[in-house]
Amino acid sequence: MKNIDKSTLYFIGGSILIFLIVQILVSVGVLSSFWYTILRIGAVMAIVSLGLNLIYGFNGQFSLGQWGFYALGAYSAGDVTYRWTQLQSSGGLTILLLGVILAGVAILLVRRLVNKLRGLDALSAFGLYLIGVILLAYVAVIVGRELEGPVNAMLNALPATVSKQIVFVIAVLLGGLFAAEVSFLFGLPVLTLGSDYFGIATLGFTIIVKVLLDNSDTMLGFAEMKGARGMIGIPKLTTWFWVFFFLILVVIVTRNILHSSYGRAIVSVREDEIAAKAMGIDVANFKTITFVIGSFFAGLAGGLYAHINGFLHPDTFNFIKSFDPMIIVVFGGLGSVTGTIAASFAWALVLEGFLRLLLPEGFETWRFVVYPLLLLIMMLLKPNGLFGNYEMPFLRQALPPLRKKNQSNENTTAEEVRA
Amino acid sequence: MRSSTVAPRLSLTQKIVQTKIIGKALITLVALAVIYLLTVNAIKNPTVFLQQLVNGLQLGFVYALIALGYTMVYGIVRLINFAHGDVFMVGAFVSFYAISRIQLHDWVARLAPGMSPFVARVIGSITVMLLAMVLCAFLAFVIERIAYKPLRDAPRISALITAIGVSFFLEYFGALKFVFSPNFTPYKRPFDVVTWTLGRQGFGRLIEGQGVPEGNITFSNIFVIIVLTSILLLLLLQYIVTKTRVGKAMRATAYDKPTARLMGINVDSIISVTFGIGAAWAGAAGMLYATAFSQVYFWMGIIPGLKAFVAAVLGGIGSIPGAFVGALIMGQAEVLSAGYISTPMRDAVAFSILIIVLLIRPTGIFGEPSREKA
Repeated sequence: MKNIDKSTLYFIGGSILIFLIVQILVSVGVLSSFWYTILRIGAVMAIVSLGLNLIYGFNGQFSLGQWGFYALGAYSAGDVTYRWTQLQSSGGLTILLLGVILAGVAILLVRRLVNKLRGLDALSAFGLYLIGVILLAYVAVIVGRELEGPVNAMLNALPATVSKQIVFVIAVLLGGLFAAEVSFLFGLPVLTLGSDYFGIATLGFTIIVKVLLDNSDTMLGFAEMKGARGMIGIPKLTTWFWVFFFLILVVIVTRNILHSSYGRAIVSVREDEIAAKAMGIDVANFKTITFVIGSFFAGLAGGLYAHINGFLHPDTFNFIKSFDPMIIVVFGGLGSVTGTIAASFAWALVLEGFLRLLLPEGFETWRFVVYPLLLLIMMLLKPNGLFGNYEMPFLRQALPPLRKKNQSNENTTAEEVRA
Repeated sequence: MRSSTVAPRLSLTQKIVQTKIIGKALITLVALAVIYLLTVNAIKNPTVFLQQLVNGLQLGFVYALIALGYTMVYGIVRLINFAHGDVFMVGAFVSFYAISRIQLHDWVARLAPGMSPFVARVIGSITVMLLAMVLCAFLAFVIERIAYKPLRDAPRISALITAIGVSFFLEYFGALKFVFSPNFTPYKRPFDVVTWTLGRQGFGRLIEGQGVPEGNITFSNIFVIIVLTSILLLLLLQYIVTKTRVGKAMRATAYDKPTARLMGINVDSIISVTFGIGAAWAGAAGMLYATAFSQVYFWMGIIPGLKAFVAAVLGGIGSIPGAFVGALIMGQAEVLSAGYISTPMRDAVAFSILIIVLLIRPTGIFGEPSREKA
C-alpha cells in the first residue's frame, strides 16, 4: 500500500467524484428520473460491452451471444428477487444458489477428470460436463426446497430493507454466475468453431434463449415469468450506487486480468492462434476462460437491468438488439476499455436521450433512422472506432521500469488492433 | 500414432479418448430422438406428414433463393451481408406496389385484350418479378458502392457493423408512415390461387368451399410456381457462375483477390455484380414469399433472411448447391418442428440444427475444409 501509482489514485478519485456528482444531482432533483434511468442503462450497457470487449476485442472471438447471457442473468436474478418480495419465499434464492454452487463443483470435478483424459475431444467433454451438471443440479433443487424454510426465517429476522438489499446483491451475483456456467457448457464445444461460424452459433444461442423466454410459462414452468406477456413485479432496486459499483468492479477486474500473464495469453490468442500455441499457450482453455468471464459480466449486467424498470420482456432480448453491444464495442474502439465505457454512455444518451428530445413530436421513430445513418458515417470516417486503441492511464499496461523510454512505441505495437 | 508393428494395448480411458465415443453417443442420442419423433408421427398420420413435407418444400425453395445471395457475397468478400434480408423485404414491397398501385401484372391483358388470359397473366407476373429483381439489384449496387466499397481495406468488423447499420436503416426507414408504413399490409396476388388435391382417389382440383377429402394432400399453384421459379433461377445462377466469363471472374475473385486483379479482372465491378445478382434473386424470393403468405411487413425480411443465412452456413457457405440443400433442410426443419414440437420453437430448432451440424462438420455440409488463415 506504500506506493500506489498516481494513475490509480486519479482513477479512484475520478470515479468517486463522478459517482458523487451524479448522486447529488439525482438527489437534488436536477436530473429527472428519465435521465437517471438512461444513465443507469448506460452503465449496464457498459458492463455488457466490457464483457464482449474481453471476448471479441481482446480474445478475438466474434460472439453475438452476449445478449443471450444478459437475458439469462436478467431473468434469473429477477426471478429470485421477485419470489422474495412478492411471494415472501426464498425458494428461488436457495435453489439457484445451491444450483450454481453445485454446478460449479460438478464442473470442477469433471474438469479434473477431463484433464486426466488427455486429448479428449470437446464434444465428449461436453457430454461429461452435461451429465455431471444435470446430476448435481437435480440434487440442488431437492436440497434447495428443504433449505427454503430456515433461510426464510433467517432473512425475516433482519429488517425488511436490509434483507431486500442482501437478496438483491446475491441475486445479481447469481445471475452472473449462472450465465457464466451456461456459457462454459455452451462454449466448450462451440469455441472449437472458426471465427464467423462461432459468431453464427452464438447468435443462435441468443435466439434460442429468446424463444425459451417467450415460452417460459408454458414450457419451462416458471409461471411468474409470464412468457411473452413480460414479467412484472420485480422490485426496482438498482440504484446508481449499485450500477456504478459493479461497473467499477468490472473495470478493475478487466484491467487486472489484462495485465496478468492470463491477459497476455488472451491477447496472444487474438493476435495469432498458431503462434500462441507454439509458445505453449493452451488456446482452447484461454478461449473458454475469456468467454466465461465475459458472459459473467453479461449476466451481472442483466441482473442489474432487471431491477431498473422492474419489467422484463423477451423482446428486450431479441437478437436484433444483440448487435448493440457489438456496435458499442466497435464504435468505442476494439480492445479499448475506455472507448467501450465512453461508447456505452454515448449510445444510451444519444439513442434514448438526445434523439428523443431533439426530434419533434411524432418523429420518435425517426431516431432509428438517424441511428444507422450515424453509425454508417462513423464507420466510414473512423473504421477503427472512436478511441482507436487509446486507454486512460489507469488501464494502460504497466511496463517494466527499464523500458519506460519507448513506452509509447511499445504500446502501439502491442495493442494494435488486428482485423 | 505408434508404429503398427507392435499393436499397443489401449487402456479403457485411451479408448474413450481415441474413439470420441461420448461425443458420438451424444449426437446419436439426439439424432435418434429426432428420428423417433418423426417416424412416430409419420406412422400415426401419413397424410399430415406428407402435407408437412410439401409445405416445407415450398418454404425451403424460397429460402434457397435468399441463401444464394448470402453464400455468393460471403464467398467473394467474406462479409455476412445482414442487409440482404431487407433487400428481400424491399423486393416484396416493390412487387406489392407494382401490383396494387399500377396494376403492372395486367399490362398485357390491357394492351392486347385478345390474348388468352392465362398467357397474359403469366407474362404480367413475370414482368412484376423482373421489376422487383432489377430494383433490388440496383438497391444492392447502391448499398455496395456507398457502404461497403470504402471499407474494403478496413477491418472486417467495420464492414459487418456497416451491414447491420444498412439493415437497420432499411427496416426503420421502411417502417416510416410515408414509406412502407409500420403495419401489416395485405398483399394482392397477381393470379388466383388454384388448389389441387392428390391422394388414393387420384389427382383432382379442389373446388372452393369443399373440404379436403380424407387421406389427400393439397398443394396450390403457388407451390408449383415457387418450385419452378426457384429451380429455374438456381440453374440460371449455376450457369452464370460456371459457364460465363463473369462467373469465371467471380470464382477467380473469390479464390484470390490480388491475383485476380493481376489477371486483369476488374475486382470492384465483379463484387458489385455479385451483390447485384444476389439481390436480384432475393427480390424474386421476396415476391414469391409475399405471394405465398399474402402479406407484407417492414420486418418480414429479418427472420427469412436469418433462416436463409443459416441455410447457407448449414450447406457450407460459398457453395451454391450447399445453399440449396441447406435451405431445403431449413424449410423442412421449420415446418416439421412447428407441426410436431411447437410453433414458437421452430426458430430454436433451426438454430439447434445449425449448431449440431457445425459441431460435426465445422464448415457445413458441402463446405470445403477451411482455407481461411486464422
